Amino acid sequence: MIELKNLSKQFETADGSVDALRHINLTVQDGDIYGIIGMSGAGKSTLVRCINMLEKPTEGGVYWNGKDLGSMSEKELRAMRRRITMIFQSFNLLMQRTCLKNVTLPLRLSGMKNSDAEKRGMELLELVGLPDKANSYPAQLSGGQQQRVAIARALATDPEVLLCDEATSALDPKTTHAILELIREINKKMGITVIVITHQMSVVQEICSHVAILEHGEVVEEGEVSEVFSNPKANATKNLIYPELSDGAAILAEGGQKIRIIYNGAVASREPMIAKMAVDCGILGSILGASTRSVGDLAYGYILLEIPGGPAELAKAVSYLSSMPDVIVQVEAEYGSKEVKA
Amino acid sequence: MNFANAFTPERLQEAWNCLLNEFPFAIWETLYSTLLATLFAIIIGLPLGVLLVTGEPKGIRPLPKVVMSFLNVFINFLRSVPFIILMVMIIPLTRVIVGTSVGTVASIVPLTVAAFPFIARLVESSLREVNPNIIETAQAMGATPMQIITHVMLPESVPSLITNFTLAITTIMGYTAMSGAVGGGGLGKLALAYGYQRYRYAVLYLAVIVLVLITQLIQSFGTWLARKCDKRLKG
Repeated sequence: MIELKNLSKQFETADGSVDALRHINLTVQDGDIYGIIGMSGAGKSTLVRCINMLEKPTEGGVYWNGKDLGSMSEKELRAMRRRITMIFQSFNLLMQRTCLKNVTLPLRLSGMKNSDAEKRGMELLELVGLPDKANSYPAQLSGGQQQRVAIARALATDPEVLLCDEATSALDPKTTHAILELIREINKKMGITVIVITHQMSVVQEICSHVAILEHGEVVEEGEVSEVFSNPKANATKNLIYPELSDGAAILAEGGQKIRIIYNGAVASREPMIAKMAVDCGILGSILGASTRSVGDLAYGYILLEIPGGPAELAKAVSYLSSMPDVIVQVEAEYGSKEVKA
Repeated sequence: MNFANAFTPERLQEAWNCLLNEFPFAIWETLYSTLLATLFAIIIGLPLGVLLVTGEPKGIRPLPKVVMSFLNVFINFLRSVPFIILMVMIIPLTRVIVGTSVGTVASIVPLTVAAFPFIARLVESSLREVNPNIIETAQAMGATPMQIITHVMLPESVPSLITNFTLAITTIMGYTAMSGAVGGGGLGKLALAYGYQRYRYAVLYLAVIVLVLITQLIQSFGTWLARKCDKRLKG
């Protein structure tokens, strides 16, 4: 388990100090794939570097299985970094060393004999699907293959936690998918906790169980991915999840009564509920906006409906739609929303 | 200078004899004083170059500012003294180390003293080319500062180091020619003492040609080796 408690980080610059992170509180349980998402400049990279103490927090601390990393000696920190390993956006392989030598590097650093390290290195290259590249140099590999080698290297010392710093941001969508599959597999098979730093919502959707949204150095929203996605509260979250609706505020500002139907799973998504409402209640709602996503095996999303008529029609529509399974109905107020029934 | 009778048949014959009799030993002297001085200069200059990079405030093992300032001033000082003056200046040191200040072996001392600050700067620039992300990655792996130097920084900069050491060797060879002025042996002495001072210009030019050829050979070999070692180049 990794806990960040009231973690803050300031950088001293020529123009005074800058708050990179402000009072971050997060808990990552063992076995989670925890996503930390934010726009560039939100402090994601600083945050992940605080977790393995490459950056020392100015305030607050990081607790790993209850141990305060901030109070560790250099030697203890180095031992910790063999258990909390990291992969990077730019892969960061040694360009003058073969793939096998790259994978065995952490083992050699920890003092393992070369023959033992190479045996383990070959197993790891097999695990990531590149046993035939053992004697190739990174420059001869594609980006996706380089990241696989980097993953093998990160797994060499049998870590408990894998930190992924924008690990797929330099890859094309297809390769991204393959690398995420590999990470998910590692998480499932080896029970390694994964913390994923990204600016891509698709990455969180595809593999994360939990997510925290970081904006201007603060966590603005946090929770299970399914919850956060189906019912985003913070504006930053809405912008990340539904970038196409960043004009949503404009729609809401116009008059008229609107409801937001948030649906929470495959069952609801197959129900033709708006058509049924028209037939059953005679209310002809018009769709102002909609967005759906599949998260894991389930579908999530929302429909923004304008309801004609007065408060009576509105109440009727809300009660009718609320009777559908796995649906949350909200009446949209200006710039916000009030939950009516879950 | 009188060039009119520098290239008469007798003079050319004389130069040919000199080439056969004197040059092999002179070439040997030039080569061993150059290579030994380079070797000693690397032994001293390489660690200093490493310190210049790792000891910075943002380096992997920061050193006190005073130490870094002293190191920089010291290196800059040695780098700015002209070699011919440095040679004379450190005669007492040469006497202590070699027992004499005259001769080819003795010339290795001033050559080393002139070359190690140069090497230190070259190593510094090679190490600065190493991708800082890779150094961070090594830190994230739990590498000690020493391990980062030996397992990451130096291996990653091998092609650049080879290129820079080649440059150092050719520069030091130029210095050996100057050391001929203060009793050092080699092609430089041959050119000055035999060729210039005894008006044997054919010998002077011959010595220069041989020096140029050796420089070319070393440079080509260094370039080839650096390319061969660089695994960033595909195919």
